[in-house]
Amino acid sequence: MALLEVENLKTRFRTDDGVVTAVDGVSFTLEKGETLGIVGESGSGKSVTCLTIMGLNDPRNTVSEGAARLDGVDLLTTDPESLRALRGMRIAMIFQDPMTSLNPVKKIGWQLEEAVLVHRDVSRKESRALAIDAMKSVRIPRAEQRIDDYPHQFSGGMRQRVMIAMALINEPDIVIADEPTTALDVTTQAQILDLMNELQREREMAIIMITHDLGVVAEVADEVIVMYGGQVAEHASVDDIFYRPRHPYTWGLLGSLPRLDLEVERLEQIPGQPPSLLNPPSGCRFHPRCTFAMDICRTEVPQLLPFGEGLHLQRCWLDDATKERESARTVAGLQQEAS
Amino acid sequence: MSTLLTVENLKMHFPITQGIVFQKQIAAVKAVDGVSFEVKSGETLGIVGESGCGKSTLARCILRLLDPTEGTIMFDDRDITHLSRAEMRPLRREMMMVFQDPYASLNPRKRVGFTVAEPLEVNGIGTPAERKRRVQELLEVVGLSPEHYNRFPHEFSGGQRQRIGVARALAVNPKLIVCDEPVSALDVSVQAQILNLLKDLQREFGLTYVVIAHDLNVVRHISDRVMVMYLGKIVELASDRELYHQPLHPYTGALMSAVPSPDPKRARGRKPIVLEGDVPNPINPPDGCRFHPRCPRMQTGVCDVDEPELIESVAGHSRACHYPLEHWPMSPEELRQPASVTPTLAST
Repeated sequence: MALLEVENLKTRFRTDDGVVTAVDGVSFTLEKGETLGIVGESGSGKSVTCLTIMGLNDPRNTVSEGAARLDGVDLLTTDPESLRALRGMRIAMIFQDPMTSLNPVKKIGWQLEEAVLVHRDVSRKESRALAIDAMKSVRIPRAEQRIDDYPHQFSGGMRQRVMIAMALINEPDIVIADEPTTALDVTTQAQILDLMNELQREREMAIIMITHDLGVVAEVADEVIVMYGGQVAEHASVDDIFYRPRHPYTWGLLGSLPRLDLEVERLEQIPGQPPSLLNPPSGCRFHPRCTFAMDICRTEVPQLLPFGEGLHLQRCWLDDATKERESARTVAGLQQEAS
Repeated sequence: MSTLLTVENLKMHFPITQGIVFQKQIAAVKAVDGVSFEVKSGETLGIVGESGCGKSTLARCILRLLDPTEGTIMFDDRDITHLSRAEMRPLRREMMMVFQDPYASLNPRKRVGFTVAEPLEVNGIGTPAERKRRVQELLEVVGLSPEHYNRFPHEFSGGQRQRIGVARALAVNPKLIVCDEPVSALDVSVQAQILNLLKDLQREFGLTYVVIAHDLNVVRHISDRVMVMYLGKIVELASDRELYHQPLHPYTGALMSAVPSPDPKRARGRKPIVLEGDVPNPINPPDGCRFHPRCPRMQTGVCDVDEPELIESVAGHSRACHYPLEHWPMSPEELRQPASVTPTLAST
């Protein structure tokens, strides 16, 4: 049995303008020690997928369907008390913005200790020792002194380390990282990714990495889900996504990326804007922006189907020959200078 | 190509004062500390650096939105450093800016037509009817349609708003456009649209750009020359090809190696040069080379004492480093061992 099984997850929000289906049928499994990358633009449903798994949506205006089983326990239907026991203990989350996710009027140490004291029956002395250890494990220098500092005394990179320490303090099996490096500079991002990679190897954690940066995904992920308009557009191993992509949106994303290692006069551009989920396009969600759109794309919703052997799911009406040809063309365009 | 903009030894120090009545300056944040460069007419100069390196402050100084502490700014062969507000006004139409956040840089209560026409109106160009025609034309140029004239900003997506920001900058036919992080607030699939638009407009109208960004991919794509800044100083300045194929400053090397490659095989084989620590405080920048506390090739007795000057080592490629990189790419081990023991001092 997989560590985490997400099955046909759907999340709907009630808003003033109508019902928004932010996540529309997402399924995946996650094994121990594996890293799953979820890429997509803002509004593609990648963050909501994870908030739903964690049970962090506002219950007053959210309806969730499907299942998210952690070792067989469905996180969506389990009672709030057992969910609270699992959350932060076995499955933890690193939030995007370290500037706003820490309480500015509480000391760093207290915020770390709280995560321990909620879940474990330990003394304050022990929890403080654990907090210092956690800070050391994310390589915060002078942890013994800095434990009594407030968040504003930390730099952005250091705050993100605190967020990671907080997520890891109870040694969870799964860590969900929602854009953990987006707010950081590249050199700090390299430090943080390096650190997460090392901690993952040490502890055999599974990581779900949500990001819009394809570079980060290529770096850390074993498997990748590309989301578009609340649905999975493509789901494959990291090599398949980058070397054998089978969905026009993935082609567009790869082609539209300005790259350090590539000199191109003009970037390929995906026309138009990401769709509004209040009135999602009929048929395939991507068809208004797709250069390959056919009549069927406008009316019928394509299913998420396997392509060839192994795990490679994609949601597109194009025939296999066209997909192979276009995918080869996209990838070839990105290889010219790389060789 | 003629030189459009010359910046010489520009310094911008923000004073830190103490006391309420008799404000005494106790220190200064040295946001930009002695920067010299030129921008040629028709080229794109990219400025990269991490947050706090002074790149945005520099842009604001160039446009005289801030009054620099020291140094001179020559625009179109005219010293604009000490011009008064009134004297600056006619020059403002020559130099425009595209801002980072398309949500915050458009007035939500004003119609798009008004926002784009404002620079025309301020400069007293044309009659109202002519202005309207010009704005509709501009909206088309940036890929919107003339019907958008009467809409409000909230009716547009981020990418479209940035197009409006570009149209506003273009309205008065400026010579120079300074873009401060023009795409960082946009979705990946929309970034390419704006980058292509900026390139097309440059070709069509012969514009000169100064583009500031923290994303090296973006800067490399759009720039002819790239300037790398660290803690208020230029550490390297070169053509974008040169910089990518043969960076000379260890900081540039570290920055480039830190950019994740969207190519899994390369990403796996890659060993990023991980810099320790954070950018130091610009109130008390380190002695000698400002990068020395984090530099993997730091040589005690040289780098921490002697401040390297920005010198041209090959035609069109300058760097401020005593021990420039010999080749590229470099493994972290090689990086730690500078080949020449004698520093390349400015005097030699």
